[in-house]
Amino acid sequence: MKPSSFDYAVPRTLDEAVALLNGDPAAKLIAGGQTLGPMLNLRLVQPTLLIDITRIPELTRIEETGDGIVFGACVTHAAFEDGRVPDPAGGALRRVARGIAYRAVRTRGTIGGSLAHADPAADWLSCLAALGAEVIAYDGHGRRTMPVATLMTGVFETAIREGEILEGVRVPRPSKQARFGYYKICRKTGEFAEAIGAVLFDPERGVHRAVAGATEAPPIVIEDAAAFLQEDGDLDAVKARLGEHGLTDPYSLQLHAVALQRAAMEAWL
Amino acid sequence: MTGQGIGASVPRKEDDRYMRGRGQYVGDIRRPGMLEVAFVRSPLAHARLRAIHVPEALTGRVYTMDDLDGVNAIRATSTLPGYKPTDQWPLARGKVRQVGELVAMCVAPTRAEAEDVAAQIELDLEELPAVVDMLAARRSGAPLVHEAFGDNIYLVSSFDGDIESAAARADVKVTREIRTARQCMLPIEGRGVVAEWNARLDQLTVWSSAQMPHIVRTGLSEVLNLRQAQVRVIPPDVGGGFGYKGILLPEEVCLSWLAMRLGRPVRWLEDRREHLTANANCREHHYKITGYATRDGRLLAVEAEAHVDSGAYSSYPFSACLEAGQVTSILPGVYDFEAYRARAYAVATNKPPILPYRGVGRTGVCFAMELLIDALAREIGMEPHEFRRRNLVRPDQMPFENITKKYFDSGDYPEALRRAVEALDVDAWRRRQAQGESDGRRIGVGISMYCEQAAHGTSVYAAWGVPMIPGFEQAALRITPDGGLEIRVGTHSHGQSHETTFAQVAHEVLGIALEKIHLVHGDTALTPYSTGTWGSRAMVMAGGAIAAACTELVPRLLGIGAHLLQQSASAVRLDGDRVVGPEGSVSIADIARVWYLAPQDLPLDADAHGLEVTAGYKLERDTGTFSYAAHAVALAVDTDTGLVEILDYVIVEDGGTLVNPMVVDGQIYGGVAQGVGTALYEEMPFDSHGQPLASTLSDYMIPGPTEVPAVRILHMETPSPLSAFGIKGIGEGGAIAPPAAIANAINDALAPLGVEMTESPVSPHRIFNAIRAARDETAA
Repeated sequence: MKPSSFDYAVPRTLDEAVALLNGDPAAKLIAGGQTLGPMLNLRLVQPTLLIDITRIPELTRIEETGDGIVFGACVTHAAFEDGRVPDPAGGALRRVARGIAYRAVRTRGTIGGSLAHADPAADWLSCLAALGAEVIAYDGHGRRTMPVATLMTGVFETAIREGEILEGVRVPRPSKQARFGYYKICRKTGEFAEAIGAVLFDPERGVHRAVAGATEAPPIVIEDAAAFLQEDGDLDAVKARLGEHGLTDPYSLQLHAVALQRAAMEAWL
Repeated sequence: MTGQGIGASVPRKEDDRYMRGRGQYVGDIRRPGMLEVAFVRSPLAHARLRAIHVPEALTGRVYTMDDLDGVNAIRATSTLPGYKPTDQWPLARGKVRQVGELVAMCVAPTRAEAEDVAAQIELDLEELPAVVDMLAARRSGAPLVHEAFGDNIYLVSSFDGDIESAAARADVKVTREIRTARQCMLPIEGRGVVAEWNARLDQLTVWSSAQMPHIVRTGLSEVLNLRQAQVRVIPPDVGGGFGYKGILLPEEVCLSWLAMRLGRPVRWLEDRREHLTANANCREHHYKITGYATRDGRLLAVEAEAHVDSGAYSSYPFSACLEAGQVTSILPGVYDFEAYRARAYAVATNKPPILPYRGVGRTGVCFAMELLIDALAREIGMEPHEFRRRNLVRPDQMPFENITKKYFDSGDYPEALRRAVEALDVDAWRRRQAQGESDGRRIGVGISMYCEQAAHGTSVYAAWGVPMIPGFEQAALRITPDGGLEIRVGTHSHGQSHETTFAQVAHEVLGIALEKIHLVHGDTALTPYSTGTWGSRAMVMAGGAIAAACTELVPRLLGIGAHLLQQSASAVRLDGDRVVGPEGSVSIADIARVWYLAPQDLPLDADAHGLEVTAGYKLERDTGTFSYAAHAVALAVDTDTGLVEILDYVIVEDGGTLVNPMVVDGQIYGGVAQGVGTALYEEMPFDSHGQPLASTLSDYMIPGPTEVPAVRILHMETPSPLSAFGIKGIGEGGAIAPPAAIANAINDALAPLGVEMTESPVSPHRIFNAIRAARDETAA
């Protein structure tokens, strides 16, 4: 299949992009295009205008502060994987990036594009929710932030408003003793995850967070993970807890409990 | 021995262009003024076609079956008793019988614009109940895919034997229901067609990504009412076939008609979505199979009822018979037992037609039989490879006519098994299995064996009576004025390395360097008629024809060479690429130069046939060569997730004399990748309305490089007594055995949990469900 006809614009500034976005209600932003490309070809989306935001310098910036790092939305997965950008979480971002799809996808795909697309199986969504990251949205007038944990409102839906651009993501620095665990279950390398478990134990800051991702819904974020995730803990306790969050299908429940348990084991070790 | 003939692992000649991205496929062809086609396809699995609404503005850009005046239906006939053929109209007429069936053809300067046109066509369809499951399709009262059939059965085939007396002596009886999923074949390159009418030649030229160009030509001329001379089919480079490109496509008919109608070249390229959701599928089998054995490990009898979901149409030329029709005759596999009875049904459903896929019926048959063998071994408490050993056809029985009269030409099946068991080191895996894994996974070991009939010819296919029966395979050879060799054959490569291996055969006889041998294949205007490349036949048949033609050239070369050396013909011989006499020698290049460019130097009695020859080849006994193999696998099953990791994979195979062992290894690797797909990943599910549920490659899962194991291949070489040089066809075997070997290993791992998997793919979800069911059963 081939896309239906559309116009293509390459703005050089964020304000130019916002203006284009507001000028056409059927416009769509494109960054790496790793999901949007196939969707265009399948005519699942038929925008009249594609706004390519990858040439906007602000969107590839890195801003380090004492307590975190802001990554522009168009930083690619490969930039994380290759260690070309700093990693506030002691290598966690690099490791997660390395497991996203295939290298060809990582070369073009971007952190902001992945978050804005809000596929439940996306790695960044679960990983960054566990790390307590927040996204920054810009609408041409001002900026607002919101936690990644609440960014996704439904499958392929986010709290980003019409006319807003997801400009970047701020990842906080965990404390030195913090432990991060991440486990994803895929039927094969590079395939969409069937279950993701992400765990951050940061006792110094009082964080014991567990995230169950790839649930065909927004990630499940649980703040008292220590209460039900233990080394060699039994799966039934994890399942019971996930069941409270609406996971009912036995197979899905099993996979998510296993992913969380294995992520927790990794964080303990 | 120059290191270029039969048995040499020379690098492939075709790699130079393939590796540099210089292959030329249908998608690379641009003709002046070419238009693109997109099709409107049926959104429903079964419906009456009441009307097709084409907006007036689109007149001349949209064509339906009503426009295709004079075009006949595609009809695959067979003389098998009881077989019911179908009329497959190139564009739907009256009814649609599968999702994706062609309904209208839209033409525009670009594919995107053609799709814009297609989006504006409205279909008025009256939905009918769909027949989706092959077992349900046989029940009385099931909706009829083809009303004229009176039922949903294309063909019933049987092997009737008396099993009662053998069964009465059995200590154990095991019955299993076994199923293989419907699959897509997924060559990297999909189908593609460019059609152009040439007024000067009064000829239609069709470039098509095809395995059987001459058969396409015959089919097109019949459907379009053209003389065969008016049709030329050219397959350019073909990016994988596997059976998918061994069919006359409705799209080929449509595009040909359109090119003639418009007087302009037209092109259609299948996209991945069309491949997955609309075009032919493969593999879907169901078995109810029972085995009878003694406690000391003797297989006595097998009884089976099989179904093949053959889909909505009987495709040309193989028909809906080929897959199901051979099930009963090949089910006994590599074993020798005394009693057998089987029946197989080719069933019509509202799904795409089934085509034979690499291994054809054998992959499903091997899955059913080899799972039964393991189930019997478990039942009597015997190591499965030991149970196999006691029942294999023995080397001292070769050549062996088995219970269904298949003629196994040569081989040592027990030795292949012994080597596989040893190479995998089954005993070591058994010890590791007993110890248990630190990560909690369960280890399993599995084996499967098969034999593969290849290059079977006239006598076999005459019994099928399908539109295409292979006879003499022909090769046309021409020594060129510079001493090179042109080979022309009607088979076509869809990845088999023919440019290399065929040249090796010619080199073996004539000694001409591979660099100077040029293969012209497939193009119907340039090559002798051939049924094409299918059934692992090209190496044996076209290779044999090339050898026969080369052999005919030898006395002609000797005649001229002897004259140039001033010797009698009996005093000279061919040595390498030179004619050698008692004193001195002349090269084939010298001889060719004289024949073409200096005929004044020829002897007066020179053979007027010169240095061109067409020769035919047919096996005296054309029942086929039988290559065979033992596959042995060790794997780990994560019982928490159902995920399987293959830890070691060994293949001991015997392909007779290997022309190019490296190419054979490549064939096996590729086949195994597909076999792993069948075993663990590939599945095209349909909902209860007949809607295909996997429309992209994120839903239809195939193994990637990380999922295909690093296979260890050990060769045995028992030459076939039937074929030239003892070559056996080996193209499909790699895809036959893996599903059974892997499923047996999974069952070996899960047996202590009371779990046995009998359906492919053995997906994590199926494993999870089975473990859960076993636990529930234990708890209850």
